[in-house]
Amino acid sequence: MTSTAMPTAGQHGLVAHSDGAFVPVQTRSERFRSVNVEDFAPVSGREHEWKLSPVAAFADLTGGELDGSRLTIETTDVPGISFSYIPRDDARVGTAGTPEERASANAWSTFEEALLVSVTGEDEKIAVVTRTALGDTPRAAHTVIEAAPNSRGFVVLAGTGAARLSENVEILVGAGASLTVVSLQEWDDEAVHLSSQFARLGRDSFLKHIVVSLGGKVVRVNPSTHLAEQGADIEALGLYFADAGQHLEQQVYVHHDAPHTKSRVTYKGALQGAGARTVWIGDVLIGNAAVGTDSYEQNRNLVLTEGTRADSVPNLEIETGDIEGAGHASATGRFDDEQLFYLMARGIREDEARRLVVRGFLTDIVQKIGSADLEARLTAAIEAELEGR
Amino acid sequence: MSVLEIKNLHVNVETEQGTREILRGVDLVINEGEIHAIMGPNGSGKSTLAYTIAGHPKYQVVEGEILLDGENVLEMSVDERARAGVFLAMQYPVEIPGVTVTNFLRTAKTAIDGEAPAIRGWIKDVRESMSNLKMDSAFAERNVNEGFSGGEKKRNEILQLELLKPKFAVLDETDSGLDVDALKIVSEGVNRAHANTGLGVLLITHYTRILRYIKPDFVHVFVAGRIAEQGGAELADRLEEEGYDRYQVAESAAEAVPAE
Repeated sequence: MTSTAMPTAGQHGLVAHSDGAFVPVQTRSERFRSVNVEDFAPVSGREHEWKLSPVAAFADLTGGELDGSRLTIETTDVPGISFSYIPRDDARVGTAGTPEERASANAWSTFEEALLVSVTGEDEKIAVVTRTALGDTPRAAHTVIEAAPNSRGFVVLAGTGAARLSENVEILVGAGASLTVVSLQEWDDEAVHLSSQFARLGRDSFLKHIVVSLGGKVVRVNPSTHLAEQGADIEALGLYFADAGQHLEQQVYVHHDAPHTKSRVTYKGALQGAGARTVWIGDVLIGNAAVGTDSYEQNRNLVLTEGTRADSVPNLEIETGDIEGAGHASATGRFDDEQLFYLMARGIREDEARRLVVRGFLTDIVQKIGSADLEARLTAAIEAELEGR
Repeated sequence: MSVLEIKNLHVNVETEQGTREILRGVDLVINEGEIHAIMGPNGSGKSTLAYTIAGHPKYQVVEGEILLDGENVLEMSVDERARAGVFLAMQYPVEIPGVTVTNFLRTAKTAIDGEAPAIRGWIKDVRESMSNLKMDSAFAERNVNEGFSGGEKKRNEILQLELLKPKFAVLDETDSGLDVDALKIVSEGVNRAHANTGLGVLLITHYTRILRYIKPDFVHVFVAGRIAEQGGAELADRLEEEGYDRYQVAESAAEAVPAE
């Protein structure tokens, strides 16, 4: 049976208007993409992928020259996770995705070598890559995280100190592999970090992808996941806490492109202080081939003070009717004064009561991370945020 | 001996229709160990009295005093009042997602006592109180009030009353929405706290039903923001038979007289 959800040639909006009016791209998978920065027009801020971002704060990253040399990194040494550099023409580069905007293409055009994080072996292990004190030179970077078939691993990509960084991260998850990747942004107050992350999931593989953005002036992490083969499964989690003057953004895209693929996207954020700003855009595309898809995405924001703004935009596109489930949800709410009253009426001081409520709100994300060390570290970091440190 | 005194209390709330005068001069003295029932029709200001004692920011005290052992309660923040020994069992306890009952109880106990309770004794106390209130031990790991039934929420309030050991407890319509079994369990909890700690109780209720299980020393009838009549337990029996009608007749007659 042909699904009625299929686009047809004559469907309104798919053909140009007779007056020649501009027809926007109709499906998420057909956006323009190129690895070459010159193929993109200079960024004005009116483009759909930039319209919610403070583009003037990082014109150097979208339009200027970038330093594409190796970043200073610190890595932890564990058996089964190795680090090396590979040249631009390595066959793995470009297999997980292609830039869809200018900052990403600028980094791609400029990086000299890619950092390869190679995960092998079936035992559980965790490695941390820390990029620290990158200075105020605009930089480009490219990272490939490759999980061999049937391997298991946990990789943390952390950022601290100063940075003006545009990067691309490719995540290749081999058949039957189970990988966790955490992108942890704890940059300095003035740092700008734009990261496009592309994951390609092989047959029956599982990726837990977690974006944690706490520090930085502008942090924009856009993870795209291509569920390319049958049985691929992504759990995409996000946790962010925007203070006064901070812009934290994530544009999440999941492309169901094979039968019986599954996705769960859950992003939660808190906003506190004048000018605290967050953006979440969640695109899910269930393609023609993706029968039996099971998909759910949600975003929740907790507004703690006046003067903040949270944008939350879930989009769901379905090209086949033969799926198990597809849903989305978004809610942005103020801090509930009745919760505060209840806790204080039990003797709990206001600052501690606020901590309890916010920690409670974010806790289901923290608890899903799957590393006790990292969970404890993030709990402490969230408390520090609440105290304005 | 502890005493909670309410003197000439006048309270307003801001509504969309402007300022409304809710309490119009309430006088009440509750000594340690006494049980006072406040009864009255809907809208008479009973809950306002409860929330004003606890310090809810919605209610503005325009005149009068609340004193706990001579200390000015109105100058205390909500948490200070609780630490001073005032407890409010709420009619509609709110959900706190992500915060377990265990974590919440320990945090509150630590705040009230100024130090963390000794682990072993505390766990035993919690278990015992939960079992007395016929609460399944799985409750401890659930998030505060999240997905609780009405009866479970009320039991959870009384659990806190028993564990936090305040000097005075205000029970705001704790009986509403309870079936008779839950009502008995909750009443036994209040009676235990009363017997064990010399708790003073301000029991706010619309119905006389709970007074079969919790015996008041004094009954106050609350109408239109003040106490219209007071007496002993026998007054409750009379209300059971006659209802509030005769007060409301008197009140509407009084309302008809121009205020100025």
